[in-house]
Amino acid sequence: MSIAAPGKVAYINARIIDPATGFDGPGELLTIGEEIADVGRKLFEGKPPKDVQIIDCDGQCLAPGLVDMRVQLREPGEEHKESLKSGCEAAVAGGVTTMVGLPNTNPIIDDEATVEYVARRARKQALTKVYVYGAATKGLLGKELAEMGLLAEAGALGFTDATKAIADAQVLRRALAYAATFNFLIIQHPEEPSLANGVMNTGEISTRMGLSGIPREAEIIMLERDLRLVAMTGARYHAAHISTAESVEIIARAKARGLNVTCDTAPFYFALNEMAVGDYRTFAKLSPPLRTEDDRQAIVEGLRSGIIDCIASDHAPHDQDSKRLPFAQAAFGGSGLETLLAVSIGLHHSADMKLIDVLRRLTVEPAALLGLDAGRLAKGKKADLVMFNPDRGWKVVADDFRSKSKNSPFDGQPVQGKVLRTVIDGRCVFSATSGAVS
Amino acid sequence: MRDQVFPHRHLLGIEGLTPIEINHLLDCSERYIALNRSTHKTTEALKGRTIINLFFENSTRTRTSFELAGLRLGAHVINMQVETSSVTKGETLIDTAVTLNAMHPDVLAVRHSDSGAVKLLADKVNCGVVNGGDGSHEHPTQALLDALTIRRRKGKLNGLVVAICGDVLHSRVARSNFHLLLTMGARVRIIAPRTLIPSGIERLGVEVFTDMAKGLRDADIVMMLRVQHERMKGSFIPSVREYFRFFGLDRAKLSQAKPDALIMHPGPMNRGTEIDSDVADDFERSTIREQVELGVAVRMAVLEILAQNGAAA
Repeated sequence: MSIAAPGKVAYINARIIDPATGFDGPGELLTIGEEIADVGRKLFEGKPPKDVQIIDCDGQCLAPGLVDMRVQLREPGEEHKESLKSGCEAAVAGGVTTMVGLPNTNPIIDDEATVEYVARRARKQALTKVYVYGAATKGLLGKELAEMGLLAEAGALGFTDATKAIADAQVLRRALAYAATFNFLIIQHPEEPSLANGVMNTGEISTRMGLSGIPREAEIIMLERDLRLVAMTGARYHAAHISTAESVEIIARAKARGLNVTCDTAPFYFALNEMAVGDYRTFAKLSPPLRTEDDRQAIVEGLRSGIIDCIASDHAPHDQDSKRLPFAQAAFGGSGLETLLAVSIGLHHSADMKLIDVLRRLTVEPAALLGLDAGRLAKGKKADLVMFNPDRGWKVVADDFRSKSKNSPFDGQPVQGKVLRTVIDGRCVFSATSGAVS
Repeated sequence: MRDQVFPHRHLLGIEGLTPIEINHLLDCSERYIALNRSTHKTTEALKGRTIINLFFENSTRTRTSFELAGLRLGAHVINMQVETSSVTKGETLIDTAVTLNAMHPDVLAVRHSDSGAVKLLADKVNCGVVNGGDGSHEHPTQALLDALTIRRRKGKLNGLVVAICGDVLHSRVARSNFHLLLTMGARVRIIAPRTLIPSGIERLGVEVFTDMAKGLRDADIVMMLRVQHERMKGSFIPSVREYFRFFGLDRAKLSQAKPDALIMHPGPMNRGTEIDSDVADDFERSTIREQVELGVAVRMAVLEILAQNGAAA
C-alpha cells in the first residue's frame, strides 16, 4: 500500500495537551509532511496560509498519540484471533499510534528473523507503529537465555517471557545480568507460577463461586524476589500489569532505594475488581486476576502518585471458542486497545486525576522508558497525534470493535472519552465522523 | 642450596608473591629460552631427580610443557593420568598424595578441577608442588609465561594497559594474571558480559567493562580467554554467534586498541567463538605461539628452583 505524502495540516482551536512539557491549554499545531512543524498558543494569528489544510478541533483535546507498551498481536500464528491488520486498525481506533507486541507468537520471537518479519508486515499496514519485545529465554521456556544482543540489533525493545514469569531465580539472575551488559530492559510478568494455578483472585468470592484461586501473594512474592536480583545485578527491570496494593508499596520502596525499576498497570486493574467475574463471566478472566476493591483503589493511588509509571492496554485478543467455556477452562486475557483511552480517562472523571497526568502514563512515560522518540508534541518530532473529546459518553459494544476478538470485560459499560481522530506521521488514519480507517 | 630470592617450597599461586620474586622467576626463565632453541636442548641441572605430573583434569599442552621442561633439565618425568590412577578406584586426594610422597619425588606438578585441591595435596607431601591449574583459582605458570611474553615484547610490565576478555568467571588464568599484572604495576581491565564477571571483582583492583570497544581503547595488550562450549548454550551466554558478535576479537574491535597492541591467548583457541582466525594468525601481533614456547622455559625455571629448595630443606 503506497501512501500519498501528507501536505501541510493546521490544527486550530485545539486544547493542546503535551505531558512532556506540562502544557495544557488552547493552542494550534502545524504539521508539514510527516513531522510537527510548530506548536503553540497562536501560530497563525487567525489567518493560516492558503496552502494549508485546516482542521478545526472545536476546542477538543489534541495530544500525542498513545504509546501502548504491552499488547499481544497474534500474528504470526493465530491470525484468527488477531492479525497485524486487525490489531493496527483496532489501535488507531483507540488513539494508539505506537504499540509494542509480546513475543508469544508462533513462532516465538526469539530470533532476529521473526522480529524483522513482524516489523515488515506491520509496516505494510502503514497504521500504528509496531515494535516487539524479544523473548528473554529461548522458546519462552524459562531455561536458556535468548540472543538478546542480536534481537536488539534487529529491533527488539526489551526482553520478556510474555505472559509467563521468568520463574527460576538463577535464570532470572542471569537474564538480568546479561541484559545489564547492554543496558537492555527486562519486563517481567510477576507471578509465582507454583501459586498461580487458579483461575481468579483468591478470597471470599472465589470461595463462594467454588473457583480455584490465585492469591495476591503470587505477585507479591515474585516482585520481592525479583527486586533482590535487580539490586544484585544492577539491571533495568519493569514489572508488567501490577494488580495488588502491596505491589505498589514494593515498587515504591524499590524506587526509593534507587533501583532501576518501573512498572505499569492495565485499565482492568484500576477500573474493575473481582466482582466483575460476577456470573462466571469469562471475559473478566484475566492474568493476573482482577483483585479486591482495596487493591483497585491502591492501583488508582499508585497511578496518581506516579509510583506506577505507565498504563498499557495488555490487549489479549481471544476468539469465542477460547472464552465460551466453563470459567476454569476459558483463556486468560481481555481485549483492550479500543477502550484504553476512554477507561483511562475514567481516572480523570472519577478519581480526580488530572487529564494531563493520565496522558503522561500513556505517552511520554512509556516512550521514555522504552527509548522511543515518541509521545511528545515537539517541533521536528513525528506527527503522531490523537484528537479526542474527554467528556463524550459512549457505550462499549464489543461487537463493534475493529479487533477480530470481542473479549472485552468492559462490554456493555458506559464510558466517557471518545477518540475523534488519529494521525500517524502527519496522515489521518482514523476519523470518528466517518468511522473509517484510511 | 635454597634459592635466595624465591625460597618457597611450592608455587601454588601468584597471589602473595612480591615483584622481586616475580621478576626473579622471569629472569631465571629467560636463561632457558636460548637453550630451548638450540639443537642440544638438555642440561643436567636436575639429573637423577624425579618429577611427577599429576593431572586430575585433562590437559595436553600444559602437561606436555611440564614434561618437556623436566626432561630438558635431565630429570625423570612420570605422567600420572586420572583415568589409570587409583583415584578412579575411590582413593581420596590425600591418600593419593601420601602414596606418591612415599615414592620420594622431588617435585609434583598438579592440576585439579577443584579450586584449592592443589594446596590440600601440597600440605601432605614433603616435596615441592607446582600448581598446574586448580579449578577457577590459579594457574601461576601460565601467568608467568604471559608476563615473560609481554616483558620480552614490550620491555616492561609496569604502566601497560592489559585488557583481559571473556570468561573471567571461570578462569584461573585470569585470576593469576590479575595478581601478577597488578603486582607488577600494570593496569588491568576485564571485558565480558555481566554473566561472566565474578562478583566483587572491582575490589581486586581491575576495571570492569561490558563493551569491547570501550574496554579495548588504547590497550597495550589484549588477552583473550577461552570460553568453554558448555557455557555457551544459554546458561551464561545465549549462543556462540551472539558471543562472537559482541565479545569475539576481530579486526574491527581490535582497531580500538593501540596499533602495536599484542594479542594473547592461553589456548586452546576456539576460532569463531572468542577470536577471529584473521586476528589469531596475525604474525606481527599475535603472540599465541610464543606463549607456548616460553611456557617451557618458565616451567624449567620453576621446576629447577622448587627441586633445589626441596633438597635444601
